[in-house]
Amino acid sequence: MLASLVVLAAAAAEAANQSGGLPQLNPSDFSPQLVWLAITFGALYFILSRWSLPRIAEVIEERRNRIQRDLDEAERLKAETEKALAAYEQELAAARARASAIARETREKLAAEVEEERARVEAQVNAKIAEAEKRISEMKARALAQVNDIATETAGSIVEKLIGAQVSADEARRALEPVPGE
Amino acid sequence: MATGAAEGAHGPMHQFEINRLAEFEIFGIDASFTNSSLFMVIGVALIVGFLALATNGRSLVPTRLQSVAELAYEFIANMVRENVGTAGMKYFPFVFTLFSFILAMNMLGMIPYSFTVTSHIIVTFALAALVFVVVTAIGFARHGLGYLKLFVPEGVPFWLMPLIVPIELISYLIRPISLSVRLFANMMAGHTMLKVFAGFVVSLGIFGFAPLLFTIAFTGLEFVVAFLQAFIFTVLTCIYLNDAVNMHH
Repeated sequence: MLASLVVLAAAAAEAANQSGGLPQLNPSDFSPQLVWLAITFGALYFILSRWSLPRIAEVIEERRNRIQRDLDEAERLKAETEKALAAYEQELAAARARASAIARETREKLAAEVEEERARVEAQVNAKIAEAEKRISEMKARALAQVNDIATETAGSIVEKLIGAQVSADEARRALEPVPGE
Repeated sequence: MATGAAEGAHGPMHQFEINRLAEFEIFGIDASFTNSSLFMVIGVALIVGFLALATNGRSLVPTRLQSVAELAYEFIANMVRENVGTAGMKYFPFVFTLFSFILAMNMLGMIPYSFTVTSHIIVTFALAALVFVVVTAIGFARHGLGYLKLFVPEGVPFWLMPLIVPIELISYLIRPISLSVRLFANMMAGHTMLKVFAGFVVSLGIFGFAPLLFTIAFTGLEFVVAFLQAFIFTVLTCIYLNDAVNMHH
């Protein structure tokens, strides 16, 4: 700036020597410049503010709106996707829960059935065992009774053969009865 | 005028001379079509033509040209938003017009044998004065007489007021001058320097390559300055607008 002013002063001095004044300082040239500055600047302002600048603003605005619209649309689609995903996951979880419930139910039912069957079979088996035991004890008692009879008969016969005495069945039975405390 | 033009045909100041291409008056005011007017019209036509061409397709996926137009739009829109806030977007067309006009004039001046409209103090001053008037009008329209509080900063002890208020007032009133002189001086000095050094290329003969190299490098710098000065003018306008719209000091 300072250097410019020095050069300016030097040039001005030179011009003053050559032609008697700076061309910029000639008052008779002022009015045509001012008139045409007013005309051209005014025209430029009028055209730019009414036509050129709104045209550019329109394009920029439209682009901004378009981008905003696209962004909004993308945002909306994203939200929708997320909603769908959440619904899917919820559905999946519900299905999984249902499946496990069914499995558990089935398992429990089967276990109950098995238990019931087992109890029934066990009862049957027990009944059969009891019956068999009863029959065995009966047979044993019957056999024992026959053993006594046979022993009495045999004892009588042996006594008769040995001593020739007739032993009554009652006497033989009494003799064969176990001695208490033995 | 005629003698000056003939005499200074090779001088560094020749490029700044106003030539009347068609002389006429409107209501007694000299409204001649000059070389300056010609470049103003060319610049405006280029801006409008470029924006028309760029927004021709108005496609959602911008073409290369449309990207440039949108880039320029967003560049100035962000500048206004950052410096003035959303309330300042009402004045966005004015700021954009200012930026595109000054940038076009600065850049057109970089073409050899062309004319740099913004190298004339009367033009830059008129633009700066327009900014000043617009900003002041907005300030009073939005805040009424409260806008005068701009000159009474908060938190300053009252006994400093006799000192602070005149300083604030002067710094406010000096804005159109600083704004216009900065642009004018930069454009004029750069172009003069280019011309002076370009003249050395011929006069130094075989050693002319030194100023030639300098001129080439300086031309690059001048393109930067042409953009930068348009940018600075616009940013300062935004800062002044912020004062008027928000009154934040």
